[in-house]
Amino acid sequence: MIRHEHFETNSIVLLIGIILTVAIGGLVEIVPLFTIGETIEKVDGVRPYSPLELAGRNIYIREGCYLCHSQQIRPFRDEVERYGHYSLAAESMYDHPFQWGSKRTGPDLARVGGKYSNDWHVAHLMDPRSVVPESIMPSYAFMASRDLNFPDVADHLKTLRIVGVPYTQDDIDNAMADLKAQADPDADTTALLKRYPKAATGDFDGDPKRLTEMDALVAYLQVLGRMVDFTTYRPEYANPEPANGGTQ
Amino acid sequence: MSDAAVAISPYNERVIRQFTIACLFWGVVAFLVGVVLALQLAFPIFNLGLEWTSFGRLRPVHTSAAIFAFGGNALFATSLYVVQRTCRARLFGGDGLAEFLFWGYQLFIVLAASGYVLGITEGREYAEPEWYTDLWLTVVWVVYLLIFLGTLIKRKEPHIYVANWFYLAFIVTVAILHIGNNISIPVSLLGTKSYSLFSGVQDAMLQWWYGHNAVGFFLTAGFLGIMYYFVPKQANRPVYSYRLSVVHFWSLIFLYIWAGPHHLHYTALPDWTQTLGMTFSVMLWMPSWGGMINGLMTLSGAWDKLRTDPVLRFLVTSVGFYGMSTFEGPVMSIRAVNSLSHYTDWTIGHVHSGALGWVAFVSFGAMYYLVPKLWHRERVYSIRMIEWHFWLATIGIVLYIVPMWISGIMQGLMWRAYDELGFLQFSFAETVAAMHPYYVVRLGAGVLFLTGALIMVYNLWRTARGDIRTEAKLGAAATATA
Repeated sequence: MIRHEHFETNSIVLLIGIILTVAIGGLVEIVPLFTIGETIEKVDGVRPYSPLELAGRNIYIREGCYLCHSQQIRPFRDEVERYGHYSLAAESMYDHPFQWGSKRTGPDLARVGGKYSNDWHVAHLMDPRSVVPESIMPSYAFMASRDLNFPDVADHLKTLRIVGVPYTQDDIDNAMADLKAQADPDADTTALLKRYPKAATGDFDGDPKRLTEMDALVAYLQVLGRMVDFTTYRPEYANPEPANGGTQ
Repeated sequence: MSDAAVAISPYNERVIRQFTIACLFWGVVAFLVGVVLALQLAFPIFNLGLEWTSFGRLRPVHTSAAIFAFGGNALFATSLYVVQRTCRARLFGGDGLAEFLFWGYQLFIVLAASGYVLGITEGREYAEPEWYTDLWLTVVWVVYLLIFLGTLIKRKEPHIYVANWFYLAFIVTVAILHIGNNISIPVSLLGTKSYSLFSGVQDAMLQWWYGHNAVGFFLTAGFLGIMYYFVPKQANRPVYSYRLSVVHFWSLIFLYIWAGPHHLHYTALPDWTQTLGMTFSVMLWMPSWGGMINGLMTLSGAWDKLRTDPVLRFLVTSVGFYGMSTFEGPVMSIRAVNSLSHYTDWTIGHVHSGALGWVAFVSFGAMYYLVPKLWHRERVYSIRMIEWHFWLATIGIVLYIVPMWISGIMQGLMWRAYDELGFLQFSFAETVAAMHPYYVVRLGAGVLFLTGALIMVYNLWRTARGDIRTEAKLGAAATATA
């Protein structure tokens, strides 16, 4: 019989009691997510972000877009009709950190890629109320006039490789070239598209001569939700082999 | 501070005075930035078109200032005050270590907040500081644990007082959560950017294991420590039930840890995890109300003091709001309810009934109690100003949470509304436009709450100076001038 007096007369016993008590819930809920193979479905098409998309994603994080926009479509009729197929775990498997969000002051962006033209995105980011009068989003006009500053893009890819994103040596060696080529309408993007299938290429911000933060952010927005081909996706075939272990 | 009484105090009161001042300062900052954000949501022109003043960059300033700067300094001030008195021991580690704790924590706040404005963020809610700020906080927090635990160990009382159980659980668990959720790899040791070790679904689970327990341990267990010392003190009554304290302490800290997945209902997180999160969230209602009952019933035989003591009124109202939000929380964690409430302002309203009604009110009560004690004054400068603060803040909270209930439920229903032809009835933009009047009311509510806090700061500043306002007593004839 444990008497509570032991806890309230001995600081270290109290400390250990607390640690054991709070450890249980976290362990039970978190550890299996790394060991149960079905946690992440097996789907084709999900790939690491291209250097330009990654730059755009970092801008998205920097500006706190996740505080008003979710990237997680729930399996409800209205959400699927409004935004598209419900989100799969696999679709954010290379997202360090995840950007699912918790509030929709603005709409969900999990599948915003391809829904609007580059011109629309630029106009909207420059002055949201010029295209959506009801919008309460801040203006991000400064991005169009600011050159994209990403000199250590290869280091970013290397760091992401450490945390589990399957960038190849080829990807890392070509990171700077890919960064520039994706937003250059005159560039040969054959190799880029082989490395990063379905990446949107060409000028994004309306100024083909400059590589701006606007180019990067729009390139990121245009790939959101586009990697998995849902015309061929079948949930019943998406579970991996039982032997498939950890997901990290 | 030349009083002889200050010098001969057996306890380190200097660091508590410092934390008290910091709590009041950051409180005003947090409320002010909150008002600015409310203004921006009602009238987006106030984003000013500048990157440093946009909503996305200021929102973490508001949340971190409220939780970690205002709430954190309140917890430091009260925990270090309570642990010394209930252990009859001066702080472990000497005055120098306490001084380091104070300035170290303020540096953490400044590093974090300035980073947000400049766009330096890990992009995870309530855990936004980048890797170097996280490391610094880890150092500071270990020092905090050392000071607190060391003081417990060298106590001259046989038993550890119940408030200290809660404080210790808060300190230890926040350390575990902070380290667990912030494991990231910096791109360069000279740069600010890092990438989380985890991704996608696992990252989401870790983040909300952290996020919900920042609520559970920072904003609940820690503040229950405040309740367990300051409510009995101010009411001059013993804690209602020792047995209830024991039962609700252990069940609260055991159950809270499981609740995180209710932030991820219907997402790509596996169903089994969501179900566990929902189940434990509902069970959490019981220990939460155990704490509320223990706090409220401590007033048995002293209820009449609520008429004449606005400090006690702050403390008791805070426990009432605690009970309300810990009922609302389990309701919102039920999947069917969450399918409507999630992603809407209902969540924002829920957070603020907890943050303003519970956390801020119990802190205000503690501050009104502490300042005359710490500066060795007879009483607070003006009791009537406390009364004004109480009513401005209470009306502010009501005007905050009621519009957020309406706007949240309304927007949730609009998103899922279909017309008679089977089409979605509203565009997203239409649902945004419908929020406007509620955002304007919320702005007014924020101004009321901020005004009350400014009155408190003035009142406590005059108190520290040693002034006493000549005024009629509360509960006296209605003809008295306020």
